[in-house]
Amino acid sequence: MAASSVNIVIGGEAGQGLVTVGEFLARALARAGYALVVTQDYQSRIRGGHNTFAIRVDAKGVLAPTDSIDLLVALSADTLAIHKDRLTPRALVLADAAAGLDGLPGLAIPYKDLCPKPLYENMAALGVLGALLCLDPAWITGLVREKFARKGEDVVAANLAVFAAAMDWTASQQAAFACLAPPTHQGKRLLLHGNEAIALGALAAGINFCSFYPMTPGTSVVQTVIDHADALGVVVEQAEDEIAAVIMALGAAYAGGRALVSTSGGGFALMVEGVSLSGMLETPVVIVVAQRPGPATGLPTRTEQADLDLVLYAGHGEFPRAIFAPGDLSQCFQLAHRAVSTAEQFQSPVFILTDQFLADSFRDTEPFALAELPPVPRPLTAVADVGGYERYAVTPSGVSPRLVPGFAATTVVLDSDEHTPDGHLTEDLGVRVVMQDKRMRKLGGMMQAALPPDLYGEAAGTMLLTCWGSTLGAALEAAQMLRERGEPASVLHFSQVYPLVPDTFVPLLAAARRTVMVEGNFGGQLAKLIRRETGHVFDAHVARYDGLPFTAGFIVDKLLEVAR
Amino acid sequence: MSAATPYGEFETAWCPGCGNFSIRKAVVAALTELKLPPHKVVFSSGIGQAAKAPHYIRVNVFNGLHGRSLPAATGIKLANPDLTVFAESGDGCSYGEGGNHFLAAIRRNIDLTYIVHDNLIYGLTKGQASPTTPLGQKTKTQPHGAPSQPFNPLAVAVTMGAGFVARGFAGDIEHLAGLIAAAVSHPGFALIDVLQPCVSFNKVNTYAWYKERCYRLGNDHDPADRRAALEKALEWGEKIPIGILWKSDRPPFGPTPKAPLATAEPNMAVLRDILESYA
Repeated sequence: MAASSVNIVIGGEAGQGLVTVGEFLARALARAGYALVVTQDYQSRIRGGHNTFAIRVDAKGVLAPTDSIDLLVALSADTLAIHKDRLTPRALVLADAAAGLDGLPGLAIPYKDLCPKPLYENMAALGVLGALLCLDPAWITGLVREKFARKGEDVVAANLAVFAAAMDWTASQQAAFACLAPPTHQGKRLLLHGNEAIALGALAAGINFCSFYPMTPGTSVVQTVIDHADALGVVVEQAEDEIAAVIMALGAAYAGGRALVSTSGGGFALMVEGVSLSGMLETPVVIVVAQRPGPATGLPTRTEQADLDLVLYAGHGEFPRAIFAPGDLSQCFQLAHRAVSTAEQFQSPVFILTDQFLADSFRDTEPFALAELPPVPRPLTAVADVGGYERYAVTPSGVSPRLVPGFAATTVVLDSDEHTPDGHLTEDLGVRVVMQDKRMRKLGGMMQAALPPDLYGEAAGTMLLTCWGSTLGAALEAAQMLRERGEPASVLHFSQVYPLVPDTFVPLLAAARRTVMVEGNFGGQLAKLIRRETGHVFDAHVARYDGLPFTAGFIVDKLLEVAR
Repeated sequence: MSAATPYGEFETAWCPGCGNFSIRKAVVAALTELKLPPHKVVFSSGIGQAAKAPHYIRVNVFNGLHGRSLPAATGIKLANPDLTVFAESGDGCSYGEGGNHFLAAIRRNIDLTYIVHDNLIYGLTKGQASPTTPLGQKTKTQPHGAPSQPFNPLAVAVTMGAGFVARGFAGDIEHLAGLIAAAVSHPGFALIDVLQPCVSFNKVNTYAWYKERCYRLGNDHDPADRRAALEKALEWGEKIPIGILWKSDRPPFGPTPKAPLATAEPNMAVLRDILESYA
C-alpha cells in the first residue's frame, strides 16, 4: 500500500489559494473512489508565511500522512527550498514558469499563458495535477460546475476553459509520472475532516445547544454545527468567554437541551470550574478539546496530544467522567454520538480529545449508518410522584431521575454546594458521604460501558505499538513497515482513554514481546496513566512534540534509534 | 389543596437583621402578584449569602458558581423560553467575578431579571471591599481604605442601553416588589440593583444611612429619557434615587427556539441530506 500511494504537497503563502486547489483535488479524488488522507500545515497568520496542503492518495487505502513527496506544487518560491529534501526519486515539481524549477525535475507551468487572470491559476494547477494523475477530468469539471454555478455560466465556462487548457498543455509536455491505479472503492464516499465528523456525530445524537468561544483548532466543530443549525433547530451562542460557554451549556442542559462545547487547551483551562460544576450538579455536558501544542498559547496551528492530563484531572474534587479519543473519521462520528449518550446516561461531563491534525485532516469515508445508531437517553419531562420528586435521589447505580424544570408541577433544585437529595445545600457531613458515594457509583457504570482498546493483529510475541487518538493510522502503517522488515508488530489503540478497565488490555501488554507507547507529547501521559492504574511499565516510548503529526517513518526511525 | 404560600417557608443561614430577608419578601410578593406557579420559575444564582436566596423560595434553582449566575440563566432561557428566569446574587459575585457576564447580558438583552443584592461589601468572606465599596472606605483587607473607584452598575447599564434599569432598597419592600414585577414584565434584560445594609460588616451604609438618603423617583422622571436616567444613575451621596431609572424598547435576544429543547428530536431525514452534502 505504501509504495502505490502518491503524496501530493501543495505549498504556498496563506491567501494564495492552496486550500482551494487542495480541497478541489481531494474531493474529486474521493468522488472518483480513491482513498486519501489530507494533512494541513499552516501558520498563525492570515496572509503570507508558508503553508502546505498535503494529499496522500491511494487506489486501495491510506492510513496516515507520509514525509516523502511525489508531486510538489509550488505556489511560492519558498516551497521548493523548504521541501526539496523530501522529494522521492520519481518526484515532479510543478512550479510557475516565471519562477523556475531551480534545477529540480518537473514542469514549469506557464500560468501567464494559460490564465487570462491570476485568479484562474488554481484551475490551471488542477488541470496539470489531473492530467499527471490520469484522473478522469469529469470528476473535476463536475465539481467546478457545482462550486461556481451560483456565480453564473460565464464564470463556470471561464474556469473550465483554463482547466482544459492546462490539461492539454500537460499532455503536450509528455512528463513522465505514473498514473494512479484505478480506484477500488465502489459507491458513494464522503470527504470530510475530523471536526466535521465529530459535529455530525453529535448532531446525530441530538445535540441542540452549542455555546463556544472561538479557538483554533476547536472552532471548526462549532462551525460545522452552525452550518446546519437552522436546518436542525440547534441553538448556538458565541459566549463572552470560555467560562460563560461551559456554564451556559450547563444551564441549557439543566433546562433540557443537549449541550456541546468545543475548544482547545487554553480555552479548556478556563472551563475547568465548569467541569467540576458539571460533576457536582450531575448535569451532562460534552466538551470537545482539540489539542494543540502548549504551554500557554504554544503553537496555535500545530498538533500535539498533550492535554490528556489536563482533561483527566480538570476540576477540583472527585467525580466521574469519561474521555474518548477518536483515531479516524469513523471514530470521530461514532464516538461523538457515544459521548453525548454517555453524558446523558451518567449525567456527567464527557470529553472528546481530538487534535489539530485530525481536526484539519480531510479523509474519505463510507457514508455513516444513521439507522444503526443506538438511542440516546433523554431527561424526564414527567414524574409519577410529583410531590416526592428528588433530583438527587440516592440509587444503587448512582444515577438519579433527571427531571427538566417547567414540565411537571414540582421544582428541580441543583446546587454546587454539597446538597441533600432534594438539591438544597447542606453541611450535614453524613449526607456529604452519602452523596459522594452516590456520585462516584456512576463510575462503576461508566467502566462497564467503557470501550476496550482495539487490538490490530496478535499481541503474543510481537512488538505492541500502543497509542491513542489520532496516532492510530501512523502506528498501523509503522507496524506494517516493521513486519515487512521481519519484526512481528501489532497495534493496540485506545479510543477511550478513561475510565480504563485493566482486564481488557493488561493480558495483551503482558503477552507482547515488547511494549512501546507512541504518543504525541513529551512526558508519556497515557503511559503514566496506564502505569498508575495497572503497574505496567512500557519498554520504550516514541514521543513527538515538534508540532507535526506522526508518520510511520517517524515512528520506525525512532524505534531504530532506541534499538541502537 | 393549594399552599397558603406556594413559595414556601424556609430556615435561613442569614444574620439576624440582614437585608436579604426583606429582598426575599419582595421577591415572593412579586411572584404572588404575577401569579407565577413555582415550577415555571427558575432562579440562577452564584455564590455568597445573597446567592442562597433562591434556596429559601420554592422555585426551580440552579445554584452554581461564583460570578456565573448570568451564563447559566442565559443557557436556561435559551433552552426553554417558556420559563420565567431570574438571576440573583450579591455585588461581588455580579460585578466582580461576573463583570464580563454582566456586560454580555446587557449587550444580548436576554429576557431575564437580574436581582443584585448590593451591600457594598463582601459579607460571606467576612468583610473585604467589593466592586461597589466607596473609594477610601476602610475594611479588614483594605486597611488604608478601598483603593479603587467603585463600580457604578446603573450608570454602566444605562450607558450601554440595557433593557431595564432600576434601583431598589431593601428597607422599602413594597416598592421593591413593584420593581421586580415590572422587571419580569419587561421583555429583555432587567437589572435591579438593590441597596442593602450588611449589618455585620458594613458599619457605614446602615439602614439609618440609607433611610435618610433614599427617595422614590416620581412621575416627573421619564425612564425613556436616557440623559435623565444617566443623571439619576450618577446621583449618590446626600440623595439616592430608587425606582425605574431607564427602560428601552430594544427587542430581546433572539432568535430563541420555538419550543423547549427538551422536547425536540433530531430530524434524521434532514441530517441524512446533510451527510450526503459531504460527498
